[in-house]
This record gives sequence, C-alpha cells and structure tokens, in this order.
Amino acid sequence: MRFFLRRLGFYVITFWAAVTINFFIPRIMPGDPVRALIAKNQGRISTDAEAALRTLFGLEKETTLWQQYLDYWGLILRGDLGTSFAYFPTPVADVIAGAIPWTIGLVGIATIISFTIGTVIGSGIGWRRGTWADSLLPISTFFSAVPYFWLALIAITIFSVTLGWFPASGSYDRSLVPTFSWEFIGSVIYYGTLPALTIVISSISGWILGMRNMMVTVSSEDYVTVAQAKGVSERTVLFGYAARNAILPQVSSFALSLGFIVGGTLIMEIVFSYQGIGYYLFTAVAAKDYPLMQGIFLVITVAVLFANIVADFVYGVLDPRTRQEG
Amino acid sequence: MTIDINIVEEGEELAKPSQAPMTGAVSAAPGRRRGKRPKLLFLRNSKAVAGLVILAFFFLIAIIGPWIAPYDPSARSEDVLQPPSWEHWFGTTHLGQDVFSQILVGTRGVIVVGFVAGILATAIGVVIGVTAGYVGGLGDESLSVLANVFLVIPQLPLIIIIAGQLPSVGGVTVAVVIAITGWAWGARVLRAQTLSLRRRDFVEAARSNGESTWRIITAEILPNLTAIIASGFVGTVAFAVLSLITLSFIGIGDTGEWNWGTVLYQAQSQLALQRGAWWWFVPAGLCIALLGMSLTLINFGIDEFVNPRLRSTAQNARSLRKRGIRPRIGFTPVVREAKEDRA
Repeated sequence: MRFFLRRLGFYVITFWAAVTINFFIPRIMPGDPVRALIAKNQGRISTDAEAALRTLFGLEKETTLWQQYLDYWGLILRGDLGTSFAYFPTPVADVIAGAIPWTIGLVGIATIISFTIGTVIGSGIGWRRGTWADSLLPISTFFSAVPYFWLALIAITIFSVTLGWFPASGSYDRSLVPTFSWEFIGSVIYYGTLPALTIVISSISGWILGMRNMMVTVSSEDYVTVAQAKGVSERTVLFGYAARNAILPQVSSFALSLGFIVGGTLIMEIVFSYQGIGYYLFTAVAAKDYPLMQGIFLVITVAVLFANIVADFVYGVLDPRTRQEG
Repeated sequence: MTIDINIVEEGEELAKPSQAPMTGAVSAAPGRRRGKRPKLLFLRNSKAVAGLVILAFFFLIAIIGPWIAPYDPSARSEDVLQPPSWEHWFGTTHLGQDVFSQILVGTRGVIVVGFVAGILATAIGVVIGVTAGYVGGLGDESLSVLANVFLVIPQLPLIIIIAGQLPSVGGVTVAVVIAITGWAWGARVLRAQTLSLRRRDFVEAARSNGESTWRIITAEILPNLTAIIASGFVGTVAFAVLSLITLSFIGIGDTGEWNWGTVLYQAQSQLALQRGAWWWFVPAGLCIALLGMSLTLINFGIDEFVNPRLRSTAQNARSLRKRGIRPRIGFTPVVREAKEDRA
C-alpha cells in the first residue's frame, strides 16, 4: 500500500509540475503573440472566452503573478483550456475531446501490441542467445534508430502509393456517417491498419532489446540453474522462472519510456493525417494556435500519467516485494 | 572496478545477486592480470569500432559538407523532380534543388545541434545525478523527483510547445531546449550508480583520510562513472538528433537552415509521396538511421566493455557454436582475457 501511495504522490507532483510549466511558458516567452491574435479576433470572441484566454496566457498585467496562478488553476480544474484560434470559436477542450478517442484507439492499442510481441520475442532471443536469433539484433537496431515518421513515409510509399493496399491518409471512409455499424467499424480498422502496423514495427525493437538483455542477465541466476537442475521442464523454466523475473524491469521501463513513445507516435498521425491529438498539435503549430498547443500538451501529459499509474499497478501485481512492506 | 550496468537499470536490490558470478569470472586470475591489462580494450570491440567509424564519417561531412556540395542547396534549376542521375546523385526537388547538396550541407546542423544538446544535457545530468546520489537524504529525494518528473512528462510535446512559442528558433536554441528537457535519463542512471559507489570501501577510505567532498567526487567517484556518463552522452545525442529532425519535420525552426529534417519537411509538404519522388525522402532517412545506428553501436560497445557478461556472449558465440555448446541457463560467462591468461 505504501508503494502505491508514494507513486500516487509522485503523480500528483508531476501533474502539478506540468500545469506549472504550462503556466510559465507563455509568460517567459519574449513577445506577445496571443495579444495580437486576440486583437485580430476582436469582437468575435465573447467577453468570457477572452477573459479565459487572458488568464491562460498571462495578459492581465494588473493582477499579481500569484493571483494569475490561482486563476489559472481555477480554469484548469474546471476544464476550461481556452478557445482555439484555428478552429474558432470551438473551445480547446471540445477540439481535444473529439480527437482523443482516435489517438487512444490507435496509439494505445498499437503500443500494447508492440510491447507484448516485443517482450515475447525478446525472451525467446535472450533464451537462445548465441544462435541465429542473435542476427535479429542488428535489424532491430536499425529500426530503433530511424525516426518513426520516416518509417511511416516509407510505409505509405510501399503499401499505399505503389501497392494500393491501404489508404494513405485519414481515419475512416469519408462517405460514411460515423455510427456503430459494422461498415463504419470495418472502415476504421481498414484505415487504422497501416498506421498501427508502422507504430508496432518502429517501437517493437526497443522492447525486444530490453527483454533480451534482461533475459541474458536473469538466465545465469542461481535459481534458474537450480530449476533446470531439478528437472523442471524447459518451458516452465523459461516462462515461470526466467521471463517471470526479467519482465519486471521491462514493465518499469514501459512506464518511463511511454512519454518518448507517445511523442514519436503523435508525429505518425501527422504523416497519416490521422485525426488524433498529434494531427491537431501539428495544425496548431502551423496556425500558431497557442491555446490548442498548450491544451494538447496538458492532455498528453495527463494521459501518460494515467498509463503510468496502470503500469505501476501491473508492476505491483507482478512483483510481490512491492506489496510486502507494510 | 567493473560496473554492472544492471545496477543502473534496476536499483540495487535486484542486481546484487547477479553480480556474484560475474565477479567470480573476472577475478579468476586476479594477481597476474594487473599491469598486463591490454590498452585500448574498448577499440577491440568490433561494434564500437564500426560505430566510431560511421560517426567520424558524418563528422567529416559536417566539417567539409558545404565545400564539397556540388550545388547551392537552395538554388533552383530547370531540372524539376529528376530521379537520381550523374548530375544529381540524389535527384532534385520540385524547384530543381539538388537533394544531395541539401543533405551534405544539412549534416552540419544535425551534428552541431546533436552534440551541443548532448554536452549540455550530460552536464546537467552529471551535476544533478551525482549530487543526488552523493548527498542523499532530502536533497536526493527532491532531485530524483525532479528528474522523474522530467522523465514522465512527454518530452517531444514539451519541446514543441516551448520551441513553437519562441519568436525565432535557430539551431542553438533548439539544442538548448532539447537539453533542458532531455537530461533526466542520464541523471537517473548516474544517481543510482553514485548511490552504490558512495559506500564502497575506497570512497570510505578517502573520506576517513580527510579528503574534501569535492576531491572525493572528482577523483574517486567521477572516474568510476566514466562509462555511464559516456553512454548517457551518446544516448542523449541520439535523442537530440531525433528531436531536431522531428521538430524540423513538423515545420518548427528556421526552415531556411538546411538539415535532414527540413529536407523531409519539404518532401512531405510538397507531396513527394504522391508524386512518387522516393529519392527526395529516402536518403535523408537513411542518413538519420546510419547516424543513429552508429551511436547505438557505440553504446553497445560501451555496454559490453562495462558488462563482461554481454561481452562474452557476443565474442564467443561463434567459437561456442563450433564446439557444439549451446549457451543457456547457468552458463558461466568466460571473459576472453581471463581465458588467455590461464592458457
């Protein structure tokens, strides 16, 4: 229990840090880009929305910094992230709410698939080290070195432009109306296959390498030798003894590298014009839509924190030592 | 002397038992090995050498690239969207610019940003990590929370919102932003290792001799962290290169300044994919992959240099196969140097 409380405390601190970073970034930046944008949209923004924007970007020079900070928290806790400039006059929160299911569906599922397959392959390679399986390592090194989005470009060239198997962009057939019909779901899966495949291929090598190295370390532990010596079947030794222990660091590194992976996969959405968070981040950058940019950063951080909490929970289930201490 | 990389990865409690067989293998011939220790052991690792050679190549291009580029990378010409030919090795863009020249000229930006960011981030990481590990107590707690916060917050979106709001984004600015967001991993690893070094006998001895804290840190602890600092540095450079290219790719930064990311940005925004102009984006991606691979190989070299267990696996694989031995569970790793000594 103490383990979970400690971790929870840490996530509260991280959330606070992320909000605080978000608060200070526009305030320490030179120039006043938001003021110009507000002036440009004068009369079109309601007074309430304008006040919210002023609070978010620190344009209220008359109040103290502390008061601005408190007001800012008030807005964040009410879920008011300001008004988007690029999708005027939609509030940022609405834009993000429309995009986030797509991202969670695509990036979430692809990441979980990649982690699972990568861990299984990695334990196989680590177990049979010194055989042909080691030759997979240079290949996975290559894939871990290229940027995700470049692989996406290659995938589109091969599978969409040349072979024409998958659509090059979008998330579903635009002639369909989004409903819970089989036709629509099938279209979403069809459009999502290529992006998901690319995410899996580009992120899987990290999991393979990590698991392989842990397996090499763990398989020379005494308890593995003992299990082997007392005649436990190889399958049980592999999964019940070696992989069972080697997966622990894998899970904790999953939590830590999640931020990195999410960053990479968001760029993927840009290449595929997939209407998730990453794509909106891209349009926000291009349109200098600062409220949307900052709102997206906050939402991504919160999502990564949630994934971390889940990873911690899984770790707690897998490792009895975290549960023992009172 | 030998540093087990696992301590670094997973905290002390998990790794302690795993150290036992390894130190056993290393200390098989303790007395005789001293003094005869081969110099430049690191350079006998084929992975490390391959990585260093590729890296040196890119360094050379970064220095002489702008001079050997056959064309001005921004100059337009009549040859629009030409596939690779003798005149244009990597083909041309929609404006007739030479892609080969763009890549040659762009190498400098990539290398400079990568290494400036790497050096800055490593410096921050060393200061925070070693301080946290050495000081302990409340200082350690707060510094490691700080590092962990920066680890958990997704770096790329953070870099994007910082760089996206800066009025002008030159190469060095991007490097600084990357360094500010990317130091945490190195700090975390260094803290774990410092923590385990802090109570070792030689540090205790130095302390009881009355050496100053500053001297203990610089003369006793830092030399033992060299390998970890080096591998952290290499990893950060790779991260910085990827971040820079991603930023340029989504159009943040000075688009007039050539680097591999801006080449890809142009290719993507000018619909190179749909026009089938593969030569426009394939070379830049391969260069990124080569550079990234060279850095990963160097890091493998460092890992194997530091952790004999990985080294013996890699070096002996072929000879083991020849002798019909399948390396598996409970297989005691044999360090090659130790074996040579015994013979």
